[in-house]
Amino acid sequence: LVGSDEGLQQKLAEAILREKKDFKISIHLATSLPLPSERDHLRPRIDLIAFMIDIKSKYSLKNVEASLAHVDASFFLGKVCFLVTGVGRVNYCSVEMNAIWKLGEVYCSPVLFCELELEGIRVATAQRLLRMLQICAGHIPGVSALSFGSLMRNSADD
Amino acid sequence: DPQRTAFLLRKQWTLYSVTPLYRFSDARLRDYARLLSAFIAAEKQKGLAVEVGVELDIKVSVSSLPDLKGSDQDQAAILVQLSSRSAASSKNSEEKLIWSGWFCCVSGDDLSENVPEDFTCLPLFLANGGESYTSIVGSWFQKTFDCCFRRLAISPLNLSWMAAMWTGCKVDKTASAMELVFSVPCLPQPLNISYAIHPEDAKALWDTVQKTPGEITQEEVDVFMDCLYSHFHRHFKIHLSATKLVKVSTAIASAHCDGIIKFLQSQYLTGVLMLLTELAISQIQ
Repeated sequence: LVGSDEGLQQKLAEAILREKKDFKISIHLATSLPLPSERDHLRPRIDLIAFMIDIKSKYSLKNVEASLAHVDASFFLGKVCFLVTGVGRVNYCSVEMNAIWKLGEVYCSPVLFCELELEGIRVATAQRLLRMLQICAGHIPGVSALSFGSLMRNSADD
Repeated sequence: DPQRTAFLLRKQWTLYSVTPLYRFSDARLRDYARLLSAFIAAEKQKGLAVEVGVELDIKVSVSSLPDLKGSDQDQAAILVQLSSRSAASSKNSEEKLIWSGWFCCVSGDDLSENVPEDFTCLPLFLANGGESYTSIVGSWFQKTFDCCFRRLAISPLNLSWMAAMWTGCKVDKTASAMELVFSVPCLPQPLNISYAIHPEDAKALWDTVQKTPGEITQEEVDVFMDCLYSHFHRHFKIHLSATKLVKVSTAIASAHCDGIIKFLQSQYLTGVLMLLTELAISQIQ
């Protein structure tokens, strides 16, 4: 999980870990990329990168944009997604919607709108991320990260 | 004619969006004034009076401001004023203006074109004076014309548009500093940061950013604000982009995110009203 709001990241990570699952998951929280290179050799394989953007903070968008530059191109084949929070209150909007849509388009990755400050939605988002993670880690036979990614994109366009 | 609208300047106006009014006629303004006056008197009788113990005779006037419109399709602005005269010394005492409110529509073609015949579009309402009077006048209009008032808030995104637009405006005399106020989130005690910029510096910056005079794009606004933010960060190591922009003040006007505006230059009054009308219309739709 990459995003500038550490508190919210922590809460989402906890929600993910609380979910019932039959596989082992490890979540790495970072405020930005690149990750420190000293620990590269110790790091397990990364199956999914979720970038968190708060539309109430222009800084969170800038932070994600800068971090995206450090992601290897192979991740954009279905292993990246954007979580956008704060959309509920239009009057606090500091980021233009078009900028978010463009981000999803340019990086060919799904954009999920979720009010992560609300517990119910956090739980629902955690469940969605877990399903996506299972696919990205290759646990679901017949569905690859790439095919799932394009499925999500097509349904969003509708 | 700047003289006639001069009384609108330098006052703090609270903004509302108003849905189209049903069967409103600008030929019946005197009637409306009479009806509203009776309504206010009735509310006072009911004990919903504003001031307890003071016998106030409230006079209502409803008039039209034909200068305040953008295109010919716009409905002329309607001004409502409440003045008080102390009942004790009735004939000799002066009338004191205690509340003003005006409806307007500047370049509101988007709305007025799509509305059935019996409706009048005056989507922007501005009020100055006691909140209780605003509420009484608002209820009368809502009951009489089946419309709906809602406070109009201004998002940080829209405030930054205003900052960029108004910085680019030419002002005759020495302009006042451009001031941006930011509210810092997630702190136990509220903290506001005020960032004041010399108006000439701000204008010089905007002039280098804006490519086509008369046209403004979102990218240009973003670049302008980013320059201001990075300048601040260089000096204070604070990321203003992580805070919420709550107020913008320039020589043209000042706007607060709670939906409060102050007009400072009559030359640009219509321009600012056009922007506010657009915000009101998008809140209605």
